Amino acid sequence: MSEPHPVDASELETVDPKLLHVSDEVAIEITGMNKWYGQFHVLRDINLTVYRGERIVIAGPSGSGKSTLIRCINRLEEHQKGKIIVDGTELSSDLKNIDKIRSEVGMVFQHFNLFPHLTILQNCTLAPIWVRKTPKKEAEETAMHFLRKVRIPEQANKFPGQLSGGQQQRVAIARSLCMRPRIMLFDEPTSALDPEMIKEVLDTMIELAEEGMTMLCVTHEMGFAQAVANRVIFMDQGQIVEQNTPYEFFNNPQSERSKLFLSQILGH
Amino acid sequence: MHDVSFVRHEMLSPQPAPASQVGPLRWARENLFSSILNSFLTIVSAAAVILALAHLWPWFAHSVWHAGSLRECREMIAQRWGEDATGACFAVIRDRWKQFLFGFYPSELYWRPTLSFVLLLAALAPILFSAVPRRMLWFSIAFPGIVYWLLWGGSLALPICVYAGFLVGMLVHRLVGPRFGSLLALIGGVLATLIWWFYLAGPVAGLLETILPFLTLEPVASKRFGGFMLSIVIGATGIAFSLPLGVLLALGRRSGLFIIQSICIGFIEFIRGVPLITLLLVASFLLNIFLPPGTNFDIILRVIIMVTLFSAAYMAETIRGGLAALPRGQYEAADALGLDYWQAMRLVIMPQALKISIPNIVNNFISLFKDTTLVAIIALLDPIGLVTSIRADSNWNGIVWELYGFVALIFFICCYSMSVYSKHLERRLRTDHR
Ligand SMILES: Nc1ncnc2c1ncn2[C@@H]1O[C@H](COP(=O)(O)OP(=O)(O)O)[C@@H](O)[C@H]1O
Ligand SMILES: [Mg+2]
Repeated sequence: MSEPHPVDASELETVDPKLLHVSDEVAIEITGMNKWYGQFHVLRDINLTVYRGERIVIAGPSGSGKSTLIRCINRLEEHQKGKIIVDGTELSSDLKNIDKIRSEVGMVFQHFNLFPHLTILQNCTLAPIWVRKTPKKEAEETAMHFLRKVRIPEQANKFPGQLSGGQQQRVAIARSLCMRPRIMLFDEPTSALDPEMIKEVLDTMIELAEEGMTMLCVTHEMGFAQAVANRVIFMDQGQIVEQNTPYEFFNNPQSERSKLFLSQILGH
Repeated sequence: MHDVSFVRHEMLSPQPAPASQVGPLRWARENLFSSILNSFLTIVSAAAVILALAHLWPWFAHSVWHAGSLRECREMIAQRWGEDATGACFAVIRDRWKQFLFGFYPSELYWRPTLSFVLLLAALAPILFSAVPRRMLWFSIAFPGIVYWLLWGGSLALPICVYAGFLVGMLVHRLVGPRFGSLLALIGGVLATLIWWFYLAGPVAGLLETILPFLTLEPVASKRFGGFMLSIVIGATGIAFSLPLGVLLALGRRSGLFIIQSICIGFIEFIRGVPLITLLLVASFLLNIFLPPGTNFDIILRVIIMVTLFSAAYMAETIRGGLAALPRGQYEAADALGLDYWQAMRLVIMPQALKISIPNIVNNFISLFKDTTLVAIIALLDPIGLVTSIRADSNWNGIVWELYGFVALIFFICCYSMSVYSKHLERRLRTDHR
């Protein structure tokens, strides 16, 4: 399990609030969603509306269901009750809907999950070529564009095993972006990284936020939450216990559980 | 006081390492004479090897290459090297090598299997080596049809019509897909192919034959096939089909769809529980009872099917091991990118699973190839069957080592090549730290 690792917010570039525009358009709507693993009630009555352009940080103790929640959004996990509507498409067992939503929603994992048998460039062009049917040349141009954006274009022809953790995670972000997703999900993207690599990944994510990407991010990086999030969701025991702006959440937590959690990760 | 500051004024030029630390001397010291016990073992082993060679050497040195029978051989050896000298009678191989290669294939048609073998190498090249242009793969796909025509003769129309079955299936798949979903498209495609093969291919081939009569070769019956040609036909076909079949079985076993999973598990466990010889005997005697009378289901084809099924069951388990070794994150990343099941399998999962399994897959290939000698049991004249029949000839009655040694040598060369290739492939596909 990952240790909470709060980065001091002052280390990160400050973000111009004007760039962080939230629209009225609904990106994700979750109503009365419940999920069980066998007998274990892992998510209980989740209600959450995400507007386009929002940057939501999901925090909470280990095992509280944060990963499960965001994995339900692109159907890596199936929910048993309630409704999830992503970009106007309701998630059901219909494979067509699932594939459509998955190609609109990018996901970045804790352990990168790059494809080790493909080069960095091939990792980035695979899905555009096969899912979007983009011509190879165009897909490669797009891939190089995003690799430049995450600042590793010179690694394009290497294999993932030859890159550092931070570089691999940036490639993973670029790989998702190549599908031009409208929503990005991050599941503890920096928890498997050495401390000196965390910042390079967070910087990439901040740039993404500035461009107006809708982001749901499970993370313990409280500095990141303060710098870019417009909402923090605190989960415990499969439930949303508290939601607030980062400022209010960190300075004036309401529930006992949030206070305890914050004192554990912030108070030394 | 220690002096902690230091500045180098002259750079050192590179020097060769001391002679005792490099080259054969060092190697010998490290590997052969590193301790008293090791030195002792080295000397004993060297003595054993020399002794064995000393005994074998006269047998090779006294060998006879020109003789008409074993008795003639023995006389020549006695005459030349003394009464109780031993010597190999390789004359039998000189006398019968064509039979070893082609069995009882008509000798005026030897060019057909020979050409097939050359084509086999050409068809393998693009599959085995990445330097060969990808376009050559089309030849590899057409190859089985061409070889069937070359070896068995008859009209080229038949293989063409069999291939057309795949096209028909693909066409139906294309047409059904967009309207009725991928599962129905798959079923429709397979059905269309089968219907084509069983009901339409024959008449169409007949028609084609009358239009293109010049594409007809003199037919050769299966019972005239033999020797290494037979081993290679059975072995290569078995290898080519058991891998894809094994992949499908492994995927089916992990699919989570109850019926498909049960069928795959049942098939794999049944085949693994039955000796190959039993399957071959079934192919040779029992299958005809179940088939409608009058159908002529070729014996070599029956054997190939059995060998392929047998090997596919083992292949499936090998590949399942490779699949299980992949981290779950690979499946999830492929899903999250929106790849569908078959794309994820083909582009992400299988390349990695197969790579992990290369040593075991090649192991299966090698045992399949060696198992082709079991067809001697059902009276097919593979190399082992030929040895038996040659030894039954009064001229060569009593000869053992030369024949089995020759067969063993050829099998060793084939199997060892596969093993060397698998090492090459593993090295080529290594992407972690280069
Ligand atoms: N595949 C699974 N099967 C059964 N239980 C699971 C599975 N995945 C997660 N869980 C359980 O669900 C709970 C929530 O897990 P998770 O969403 O990974 O928590 P978090 O990401 O907040 O640490 C944990 O108690 C975990 O043990
Ligand atoms: Mg988690």
